[in-house]
Amino acid sequence: MEIELNIHRNTLVIRLSGELDHHVAKQVRLMIERTLPGRNIKNLIFDFSDLTFMDSSGIGMIIGRYKLMKSIGGNVALVCKNLQLKRLVEMSGLTKLITMYTDVNHAISEVTTA
Amino acid sequence: MKPENKMTLSFLSKSSNEAFARAAVAAFVAQLDPTLEEINDIKTAVSEAVTNAIVHGYGSSDGIVTIIGLLFDDHSIKVSISDTGKGIKDIEKARQPLYSDSEDIDRAGMGFTVMEAFMDTVNIISDVGEGTTVELIKTLQKHYN
Ligand SMILES: Nc1ncnc2c1ncn2[C@@H]1O[C@H](COP(=O)(O)OP(=O)(O)OP(=O)(O)O)[C@@H](O)[C@H]1O
Ligand SMILES: [Mg+2]
Repeated sequence: MEIELNIHRNTLVIRLSGELDHHVAKQVRLMIERTLPGRNIKNLIFDFSDLTFMDSSGIGMIIGRYKLMKSIGGNVALVCKNLQLKRLVEMSGLTKLITMYTDVNHAISEVTTA
Repeated sequence: MKPENKMTLSFLSKSSNEAFARAAVAAFVAQLDPTLEEINDIKTAVSEAVTNAIVHGYGSSDGIVTIIGLLFDDHSIKVSISDTGKGIKDIEKARQPLYSDSEDIDRAGMGFTVMEAFMDTVNIISDVGEGTTVELIKTLQKHYN
């Protein structure tokens, strides 16, 4: 598992590769919590383009961050290509809350605000 | 029906074992030549049950999670995931989508829903104070050459 964080203006992009389960979700959550303070970040983009596996812990991690960002007037988006991941995301009803993109640059340009 | 093959795996209830547990089951099931989608379905369901045993069954205490894998001649598999943790009070409620008794905001309450979507049958056997066994059953596609 690799976690890569990039900041574009007020958007934090979290790029994960490998497998996202409960064990990894705990680490990702911690990294986000450490990165947010003092940086005026309003939006999160989870870039799962290179993720090969995810279970409901990943869904829970996204929903938890969604509630957090909404509470400060921000937004969360998801980039996802893998069909199995899409199936899980759709099944969870997550697509009712957040927008799913297939291209990370498209997501950044839609989500990031001045 | 008599199983054609069987494996047993026991490990400490550490979250770092979740990846190992689902990979081990996937490697065992590979003998039946499953499709990539079937492998992913099984890995996901096993990951859900193992995570539940660690997070809900044992919580902050240490325990042993045991997985028994069975392969049958008719291309079906049965994977049982057991803990001797706190048990489930209301199994029907636990099965419901979005139900979670966890105060952790990161639990979606989707685990059993995912298991049911990805496997043919999900049996839950549980007693409060005794522990929980989840049986995951699925018949794999047969490939004819
Ligand atoms: N092995 C177990 N031991 C004790 N309680 C369990 C066990 N497995 C499940 N439960 C109970 O069943 C509920 C539903 O489980 P489920 O996996 O569907 O959701 P969750 O684990 O709470 O959330 P998620 O799986 O989406 O992270 C849990 O909140 C817990 O109360
Ligand atoms: Mg669960």
